[in-house]
Amino acid sequence: MKYYEGDCVIELDVNNEIRKATVRPSDVLLDVLREQFGLTGAKPGCKNGDCGTCTILMDGLPAKACLVLAVEAVGHKILTVEGLGGHTPIQEAFVQYNAFQCGYCTSGFLMVCHALAERKPNADEYEMEKWLQSNICRCTSYQEIREAVKSVLKHI
Amino acid sequence: MSTTIGENIHRKEAWDKVSGNAKYTDDKPVTGYLHARILTSPHPHARIKSIDCSKASQLKGVRAIITGNDFPVLSGALLEDRPPIAKDVVRYAGEPVAVVVAATEAIALKAVRMIEVEYEPLKAVFSTGEALKKDAPLLHPDLGEYKRIQKDVQPVEYSNIASKFQIRKGNIEEGFSESYAVIERNYKLPPSDHLAMEVRAVRAEISVDGKIKIETSSQAPYTVVKQLSSCFQIPAGNIEVNVPFVGGAFGGKAPVTLEFLAYMACVKVNGAPVRLTVSREEDMATAPCRLGLEAAIKIGAKSDGTITAATFTFYLDTGAYSDISPYMSKAIAVDCTGPYNIPNLSCDSYCIYTNHTYSTSYRGFGHLCYTFCVERAMEDLAEKCGMDPVDFRKTNAIRPGDLTPNQVVSTYSNTGNPELCLEKLKTLLHWDGRRVKRIDNNRVLATGIACLWKSATPPTNAVSGSIITFNSDGSLNLNTGVVEIGSGGQTNLAQMIADRLKMDIKDIHISLAVNTRLNPEHYKTVASMTNYMAGNAVMKAANDVLEQLKTMGAQIYSCAPEEIEVADSKVFKKEQPDQYIEFKDIVSGYQTQNGTSIGEPVIAKGSFLLKGLSKLEPNTGKGRTGPAWTVGAQAVEIEFNQSDYTYKIIKAATVMDVGKVINPNGMKEIIYGGMSMGLSMSSREVYEYNKEGRLNTPNLRTYKLLHIGEEPLYQVEFVETPQTDSPFGSRSISEHGIIGIPAALGNALAAASGIPIQELPLTPEHLWRAKEGIHDSK
Repeated sequence: MKYYEGDCVIELDVNNEIRKATVRPSDVLLDVLREQFGLTGAKPGCKNGDCGTCTILMDGLPAKACLVLAVEAVGHKILTVEGLGGHTPIQEAFVQYNAFQCGYCTSGFLMVCHALAERKPNADEYEMEKWLQSNICRCTSYQEIREAVKSVLKHI
Repeated sequence: MSTTIGENIHRKEAWDKVSGNAKYTDDKPVTGYLHARILTSPHPHARIKSIDCSKASQLKGVRAIITGNDFPVLSGALLEDRPPIAKDVVRYAGEPVAVVVAATEAIALKAVRMIEVEYEPLKAVFSTGEALKKDAPLLHPDLGEYKRIQKDVQPVEYSNIASKFQIRKGNIEEGFSESYAVIERNYKLPPSDHLAMEVRAVRAEISVDGKIKIETSSQAPYTVVKQLSSCFQIPAGNIEVNVPFVGGAFGGKAPVTLEFLAYMACVKVNGAPVRLTVSREEDMATAPCRLGLEAAIKIGAKSDGTITAATFTFYLDTGAYSDISPYMSKAIAVDCTGPYNIPNLSCDSYCIYTNHTYSTSYRGFGHLCYTFCVERAMEDLAEKCGMDPVDFRKTNAIRPGDLTPNQVVSTYSNTGNPELCLEKLKTLLHWDGRRVKRIDNNRVLATGIACLWKSATPPTNAVSGSIITFNSDGSLNLNTGVVEIGSGGQTNLAQMIADRLKMDIKDIHISLAVNTRLNPEHYKTVASMTNYMAGNAVMKAANDVLEQLKTMGAQIYSCAPEEIEVADSKVFKKEQPDQYIEFKDIVSGYQTQNGTSIGEPVIAKGSFLLKGLSKLEPNTGKGRTGPAWTVGAQAVEIEFNQSDYTYKIIKAATVMDVGKVINPNGMKEIIYGGMSMGLSMSSREVYEYNKEGRLNTPNLRTYKLLHIGEEPLYQVEFVETPQTDSPFGSRSISEHGIIGIPAALGNALAAASGIPIQELPLTPEHLWRAKEGIHDSK
């Protein structure tokens, strides 16, 4: 990885668009997405990697944007909930199965679930749980999220 | 068209929430904002000898530093005991001591670390028992001089008692003399957190002519206006509070907290826009949490299981400040029995200061805490009487004509039907009377039962309002002051209107963000009272729409208004439904073919003021505190391993008397969510303090929540006993799913393990300690 010092201008590939940002090397990707690009779908639930509300996809795999430095994200394809477009199977399923209440954890869950459905469409329930345990929902009972995810996986 | 009541309707805001489009307070752009951060106290109780901000204020980019001396005010929901920034004394570790405003958040944080505070530690108390001792340090030596917002809150001068409520009914001695079996038990619940996924956040700005604009993550925007106004002597009309989506609240966002800090910070920088968002750690250690509770319970019953008498003593650990806890001590007193008829009753409910993080309302408003204690005791008493736990509860279930603890005559309308809930729960569980079933040498299956009830205890004059306007396509806009905190309250209101106006719910738009200047006041989005209070206001507004449309229709068709029908977004004469006027052609006034105008644009309103409530009689606790109760019966089934004290939660079930099902899936899911929170809270959540009185569990790595894969199967069924003064007969249900769950889990574990469970949380380690008699060395 390149060595960065002081304020630096970087280019990030976010939702299939190249965007420039001026960052400090210590800025986390989450803050840059939210404050410089206005992509506030990823949420700062704990900024400690524990809750998953900030989950985005980096090269198709879930990552916690609060644990990724913005400069580390250079050269990778970043996808946020805004980049899903609104009508992916998992978004439709979340509406269909009422897989949210307050909605604050939803973007993060959607990104994990979307990646799971894309990467492991044949995942079983055990594997699904392992993927989703990175995230916390305080409002639902998880039963609703489970049903939504199952509906987009092939073999459950 | 058919009614929408009883239909599964998706939340109105569903697509906003799955697209990242739903905006919460801190999603607003930060450009143009100064950033505030808080310095908090490391000591649970100490005198502030000096605060030196000289180094911090010289840091480039620092705009202002505020301490408790800058605004020497006191705040509080019921009793003004809390300085928004500590002045002279700190009373809990995590309490704000200073606020820094700077150009960036990084600079603000750096400056926070450069402030030098000299403390003189004072003796601290960490339990209600210690706080009540004669030689206990007084947290609030000026307790008797604090302003009381509500006069029924009566602090005891020169003590740590913030308030006391009591219930006296029947004759206790006589009651116990009739008892065949008596049990006496003590229980203890430590504090824990709401843990809404969105941390508290606020923005503030003041215009040059003194207009204050606050944007905040709050359940109570109108209370923010009132408390800022009274604390800082500002005309309420100069304050506008905006609340966008709220990322979970559970009672924790009902008090006014950060808003004070943001306002003071904003004043110090001449009104420039200020942003204050706390860290998760501060959201846990600094912002208010769920109270702790200690209880002493004595209940007696005849040999047939009929309860004859009970005494309850509750000590609520409110932490450093009282906030709304005095009213939780009132709510606990009023509902102390659970949904049972106990003729001879005495209850003392104290709200006590300690040097813990201060507490506020939490889903269930104190009910889940006392219900854990009472339902654990009921279980033991049932066993002592040799009765089936379900039958024992049915025997004692409150019935029409019985007197509630606050001496309201119970009716099906005001109480519902707990007996029927239990009966349905039995069927749902395939109950055969066996609480424990052995699986193998080590493992057993066990089921625990608990009942619940709750009435709201709002101020006796709480209000709600609604305004309905129309768009040019004939679709309707519903405007209320209800905050969307996740409970789907506004979707339920839209369903009510759709039913009343016989229109498609798709044509009803709701204003999700609340602006106190534009939306009519709704008391607070708390106490599960949206259906009742806002529902009543909304139904009046819908009736107003009908009246206006019928009056216009009558003019157009030259008939009496009674001959006009409104349905499917059309206005027509009852006998000629095929000749109609569409809403789009009438809601802005009607124009005839030759161009003359008839009527006026439809703008409808409905408002609601709670009536018939009263304060409690101080000695007996007699009085009507809420419009009605909601009752339910719950069960938790576990698989317990007797060799290592681990357990798996297999099933959690609820049968709730909801009055009328408005949105079946929506209501079930709110109850699932409550059960989930109850299982998480009672199985693992705890505010653990270290020897120095600091929170050991201030983040999600140490404070564990239930994750996916740990959840049981959830089942919910309904009983429908209408509450006659509520729209469609519906009852309050948003919070209730949590209330009996800790008790049901406790009862299941007690049956499985033989441990007399008297404390939470129910971790395998705590169970092992209880069984082996090994106490924490702390």
